[in-house]
Amino acid sequence: MNDPLIIIGAGQAADQIVASLAQNGYKAPIVVIGEEPHPPYQRPPLSKKFLAGEMAVDRLYLKPAAFYDKAGASLMLDRRVTNIDRATRTVVTGTDARLNYATLVIATGSRPRRIALPGTDLDGVLYLRTIADVQAIHSRFQPGKRLVIVGGGYIGLELAAVAVKHGLDVTVLEQVPRLMARGVGPVVSNFYARLHARHGVKVHLSTAVTGFEGAGRVERVACADSHHAADLVVIGVGAVPNVELAAQAGLAVDDGIVVDDQCRTADPAVYAIGDCASQMQPLAGRRLRLESVDNALSQAKAAAAAICGRPLPPPQTPWFWSDQYNVKLQMAGLSAGHDEAVVRGDPESGTSFAVFYLRDARLIAVDAVNRVPEFMASRQLIAQAARPPADRLRNEGIAMKDICG
Amino acid sequence: MAKITFREAGGSEHTIEIDNGLSLMEGAVRNMVPGIDADCGGACSCATCMVYVPPEWADRLPAKESSEEAMLQFCPHATAESRLSCQITVSDALDGLRVTVPESQH
Ligand SMILES: Cc1cc2nc3c(=O)[nH]c(=O)nc-3n(C[C@H](O)[C@H](O)[C@H](O)COP(=O)(O)OP(=O)(O)OC[C@H]3O[C@@H](n4cnc5c(N)ncnc54)[C@H](O)[C@@H]3O)c2cc1C
Ligand code: FES
Repeated sequence: MNDPLIIIGAGQAADQIVASLAQNGYKAPIVVIGEEPHPPYQRPPLSKKFLAGEMAVDRLYLKPAAFYDKAGASLMLDRRVTNIDRATRTVVTGTDARLNYATLVIATGSRPRRIALPGTDLDGVLYLRTIADVQAIHSRFQPGKRLVIVGGGYIGLELAAVAVKHGLDVTVLEQVPRLMARGVGPVVSNFYARLHARHGVKVHLSTAVTGFEGAGRVERVACADSHHAADLVVIGVGAVPNVELAAQAGLAVDDGIVVDDQCRTADPAVYAIGDCASQMQPLAGRRLRLESVDNALSQAKAAAAAICGRPLPPPQTPWFWSDQYNVKLQMAGLSAGHDEAVVRGDPESGTSFAVFYLRDARLIAVDAVNRVPEFMASRQLIAQAARPPADRLRNEGIAMKDICG
Repeated sequence: MAKITFREAGGSEHTIEIDNGLSLMEGAVRNMVPGIDADCGGACSCATCMVYVPPEWADRLPAKESSEEAMLQFCPHATAESRLSCQITVSDALDGLRVTVPESQH
């Protein structure tokens, strides 16, 4: 049995599982097959420092080439896996080459959700997921140009912040009545709407786009009762998981590829990790797909431990961050199903505050805006299933360190 | 460019050259120094890039911002000598710096 462990996808999760396998003493050969021309890289700067031009492309790369060599992993880049055959334990790549695996790890990530509206094929209508996407945006990223962002999620808003600082004329069109609605509570959404307005971004809420117009290249974005002139459009309306390979191979898919606490599918030789996997989230009490660096790393570590027959690392509180202007949003836990939201600080006039989410008095999540202590303390409190009293959380006179106890 | 030594908890040392403008964390990762996890890639949000800086160097490094200070307060292994290596930008002035890496970042 000298067949390698094959990892499909060369992103954040793939990089971490190579590192964790090596740390656990894994000895068999590893092959990482990735469709992008780059070695594994970090995506968060794509809508932050890299987009702002403050970072060269090689600083995105997660590891030097020598790291993969040392870990016994060969990278096959610019290659797409087109099929998985579980009966013969092979994967087929674009060039029709077949490779046998002993263990397979699916780490295919997610891709931007496309919207089915007239004009999305016009020149200048772009998405933001890869280095290539940012390079396409950069080629039109000149001061004075009109940028219309479809979708007020964190990626679109990070883009808005960078673009307006760069002198572009920026409009954000969001279909629902508040920003980042899937990620944060209303108090935080409202704070960010004011923040962006103050920086000169035109934010239109409850505004559904109906299509894109122009002669060859995009000139206007049409909404139900308005039009917005545009030189460049970026669509950021969420992501869909890359699960087609798994589904074709007969693996269970429910939004993401269904995996257990070891990130194993129903086939004991096949694992799935990162944006493409759906796993039981104890905090939410149900299976969920998370899209975050933290989730990619945690699942990679768990799968590596399982593959090496080691005990699973203890579960951690999920966390996430977003940088817009000089405001740092840090989130921990999962707020879905909360029955109480407690605000600490003044979101109306202040520049920092936190919102704690409780369910049956248990702390389950926090949104911390320029509030590192609230974020870090909550990570611990959530992991401990703590029930900090709401009046203590609200009381700025009590340090978070003391609430942690 | 600065020559910087990272000492592992077990005692082995890695002396590497880091270009100006990179962070201490980036230099360590590029040179495969074990024990610097850097989960958030330098966003000052994970505290898994912590190192110990000896007192004689403390004043010669760029000062801590409040977010770094606050992150460190909640790190399990942090001491008064702790810094987040992603928040330290390398310059010639750091030539000769020696730091210690904790046994675990978790
Ligand atoms: C612009 C942007 C900003 C972000 N900011 C943050 C942030 O601030 N904080 C945070 O926590 N998270 C952030 N994220 C999310 C985070 O980057 C992802 O959750 C993380 O990259 C997921 O890792 P992954 O390995 O599952 O997927 P990816 O990193 O996307 O890697 C998957 C790789 O698999 C490849 N692939 C797919 N199918 C195939 C195939 N059939 N054959 C070969 N290769 C294939 C893909 O091309 C891709 O390169 C951001 C994401 C984006 C796009
Ligand atoms: S790399 Fe995350 S805090 Fe330094």
